[in-house]
Amino acid sequence: MTAYLLRRVLYALPILIGVNLLTFALFFMVNTPDDMARLHLGIKRVTPEAVAKWKAARGYDKPLFLNAQAPGLAQVTDTIFFEKSLAMFAFDFGTSDDGRNIAGEIGARMWPSLAIALPTFVIGLMVNITVALILLFFRHTYVEWSGVVILVAMMSVSGLFYIIGGQYLFAKVWALAPISGYQGGLNAARFVWLPIVIGVAGGIGAGARWYRTLFLEEAGRDYVRTARAKGLSETAVLFRHILKNGMVPILTGAVAVLPLLFLGSLILESFFGIPGLGSYTIDAINAQDFAIVRAIVFLGAVLYIVGLILTDISYTLVDPRVRLQ
Amino acid sequence: MRPVLFCLLVLLAACAGPVNDPYPAGERGRDILYAAFSERPKHLDPARSYSANEVAFTGQIYEPPLQYHYLRRPYALIPLTATAIPKPHYYDAAGHELPADAPAAAIARSVYEIHILRGIRYQPHPAFALDASGRPAYLPVPAGQLDHFTRPADFPQQGSRELTAADYVYQIKRLAHPALHSPIFGLMAEYIIGLDQLGARLEKAAKREPVWLDLRRFDLSGVELVDRYTYRIHVKGKYPQFVYWLAMPFFAPVPWEVDAFYSQPGMTEGNLTLDSWPVGTGPYLMTVNQPNRQIRLVRNPNFRGEPYPAEGETGDAADGLLADAGKTMPFIDEAVYSLEMETIPYWNKFLQGWYDASGLSSDNFDQAVQTGARGDAALTPSMRAKGIALKTTVSASLFYTGFNMLDPVVGGLDEKHVKLRQALAIALDIEEYIAIFANGRGIAAQGPLPPGLFGYRQGEAGINPVVYDWRDGQPRRKSIAEARRLLAEAGYPGGREAGSGRPLVLNFDTAARGPDDKARLDWLRKQFKKLDIELVVRGTDYNRFQDKMREGTAQIFEWGWNADYPDPENFLFLLYGPNKKVGGGGENAANYQNPEFDALFTRMKDMDNGPARQAVIDRMVAIVRQDSPWLFGFHPKNYALHHGWLKNVKPNLMANNELKYRRLDPPRRETARQAWNRPQWAGPALLLLAVIVSLLPAGWAYRRKQEARAR
Repeated sequence: MTAYLLRRVLYALPILIGVNLLTFALFFMVNTPDDMARLHLGIKRVTPEAVAKWKAARGYDKPLFLNAQAPGLAQVTDTIFFEKSLAMFAFDFGTSDDGRNIAGEIGARMWPSLAIALPTFVIGLMVNITVALILLFFRHTYVEWSGVVILVAMMSVSGLFYIIGGQYLFAKVWALAPISGYQGGLNAARFVWLPIVIGVAGGIGAGARWYRTLFLEEAGRDYVRTARAKGLSETAVLFRHILKNGMVPILTGAVAVLPLLFLGSLILESFFGIPGLGSYTIDAINAQDFAIVRAIVFLGAVLYIVGLILTDISYTLVDPRVRLQ
Repeated sequence: MRPVLFCLLVLLAACAGPVNDPYPAGERGRDILYAAFSERPKHLDPARSYSANEVAFTGQIYEPPLQYHYLRRPYALIPLTATAIPKPHYYDAAGHELPADAPAAAIARSVYEIHILRGIRYQPHPAFALDASGRPAYLPVPAGQLDHFTRPADFPQQGSRELTAADYVYQIKRLAHPALHSPIFGLMAEYIIGLDQLGARLEKAAKREPVWLDLRRFDLSGVELVDRYTYRIHVKGKYPQFVYWLAMPFFAPVPWEVDAFYSQPGMTEGNLTLDSWPVGTGPYLMTVNQPNRQIRLVRNPNFRGEPYPAEGETGDAADGLLADAGKTMPFIDEAVYSLEMETIPYWNKFLQGWYDASGLSSDNFDQAVQTGARGDAALTPSMRAKGIALKTTVSASLFYTGFNMLDPVVGGLDEKHVKLRQALAIALDIEEYIAIFANGRGIAAQGPLPPGLFGYRQGEAGINPVVYDWRDGQPRRKSIAEARRLLAEAGYPGGREAGSGRPLVLNFDTAARGPDDKARLDWLRKQFKKLDIELVVRGTDYNRFQDKMREGTAQIFEWGWNADYPDPENFLFLLYGPNKKVGGGGENAANYQNPEFDALFTRMKDMDNGPARQAVIDRMVAIVRQDSPWLFGFHPKNYALHHGWLKNVKPNLMANNELKYRRLDPPRRETARQAWNRPQWAGPALLLLAVIVSLLPAGWAYRRKQEARAR
């Protein structure tokens, strides 16, 4: 398994370089260094000299990928791409264009994001699986039909509706939670319970339907028929057999997204004033702050690769037939 | 048992207030102002902060030599740390002093001598801390200590010292520092003698000494330190508007110790920079700077105190704005600014009393304001019942639609092109635009100058005769027939080119292309359609739009300007030929160039306010009305709401140090918050009941299934 993991880590390197290259190409296709300088320096009284100085100070006056004027290896190393990319592989994200330490910002914003994303994910997963199993339990009854109709209705409603409606009802009309804001430590619970409830409720429609489909596929298999023929109760069939065998596709989806929870949720955090990572990237794109954009994209790619490796490992835990070689 | 009981009591005490209180329980009843910011301030360094969301903080901490009188209108400068408003002394090229009324052409140099008050002290800060031997305790910071500190207040030793004139001189030199990219360096280099050369020298020196440049070692010929409390600034020629800059944080003091402190290795990595942690002599100091969450200002213990103004304009006394006359400011102990990126939570929290003041977005306008028969705005009964007050003011800003004067179809100063633009100026019904898209919050502009500035004329004398007639005591837009006549004279009868008969198609370049902009762009098309002109909207992203403007390939565009200072020069320079955007990168976005206007501008900018200057401005405004390089859009009207417990609120569009004037009534606020935020348990109980009831059929179905299996 160690050799397998090592190989996966080595495979990750070209992927990360590719992601980085793509980020560069896409970002600079839309924003030139001149655009970045102008936006950073402000919209009033920006002189061409100030733009040139800003670019020179941050190394954006160099060619993007190839420096034809430079000698030898410097043709590649004396470029924006090389200079800005190399440090990231050592997880040195540097400073944003407004001078703030990016690693520090990520470290500070990661926890509020997790405080919402992790419970939303875990509770959401449990609720969705439970609802899916209940619908399966009541298969071919009016409970299933009405349940599916409700789920379709729930997934058809925009996520924004849940947020605005939830805020209106729980925080404004009933005054049971702060409308927005955040405090550290145990006080965070007062601020995160409502976004978690809304996050879970907003995800039930699509999530429960997805798991129901998985379980329905399992329910038609021979081993389920055998279990029922043995005289096992329906509850035992559902929880001991169908759920266990349905874990592989569940893990495929769930474990892969687990590391990405660090990156937070944009809209939820925005409306609830949660100081997380959700809005960090969008703010950076709007501010054309390339340092932050590339750091977050790089981090996202790393976390996704970690998620996939964790998924592979988790297969071995739930399915004894799987071996990592 | 007793500790458990104690813990329960503490818990109950903590929960005694509303459960939706977004602030720590310990803050209840305290003299803290709660406000919000929607965009994090990027720069708090006084050499860099320029945006409104940045000076909202720096203005409370830094003290430039001058400030605007809080109540008086028109806006007037008064001393802040200076002993008096500096009067310029003029000198000719030979160095001889000239009289105050000397012609501008004869003046080679203006000298502003600024005396500052004695005894002003800086806020406590580790940069001023001294060790036992009297040397700076944190220059350098002892090895390994920096890892433990995330903000200046974390350093165990704090110090202070007296404000000196040298600190002002140091900051003016910082404007030229190559690493700071001060937005006004380019402008100031044109005026402050030697600043340009200093910038070049600092650029070379910064390459040699990348860590910290001690600016005391570099001479700046245009800034002279006279004594501990006096300095002089030498300005090229005559530049009467220079005093306004002295009221901005760009000219606030920065002590060398602070610059040296923040320049140490490891500081930037911990976000310990002047851009994050300002250091000033003002009424407040920053204790929390979490731009993703909260910024907190607390009373500066070293602030000398300043009396609240004893005079204002007519009506201020009746509005209670002089109740605190002569009392020592600041009144409020702390100010907490929370990040609110969305308007809905911000507005609802304001209504619940968690914010003391709020702006008014279009979404909430109808809920808060009702317009009377005469167009006057008043609060709705529900707002009045809460004791909310409304303050409106016309901002010193202008939104306009511009023509690219270099464009062969809409540009040019010949009669044909002028008449085309005049026809469009009549057709574009800006009053309708204000009513539909701005909830009536704005007044149609009659020229480039907003109300409140010298040179602006009210009433019949102030209307744009190209677009309006004065009838029944108010300006009336000319008819579309008049616009069609002008269009025909311009060579486009019926919206078609005379001769070829080709339809006239004009292009509107914009970066606004989202779904929210569609209605506005459709409306714009309809305005042009009144003259049978086809308007093509060329939407593009912000960067490409800016490129078009710089390259002069846009045809018709929207633009705007917020006043830097209350002088007509700050608006009329937007039409000054040498400031053209194409080629020069200036702020003249329309690339308008009229020799007569340019000649008048060079005269006007150096004149003192008075009848002679008014006459020149009148002529300049008449020229641009006739040439119509802009369709003068509108001056937005600011609507601001505040709760009754917040006192001394008067919109001041020029001042950025308003916090010290504000006063709170915390007990009244606490009572209102308790009343407005009682938890409603019946609702959630009903919801729970509904969930249980909806699950009952499932329970019955389960039982039936089990019974069927048993049979």
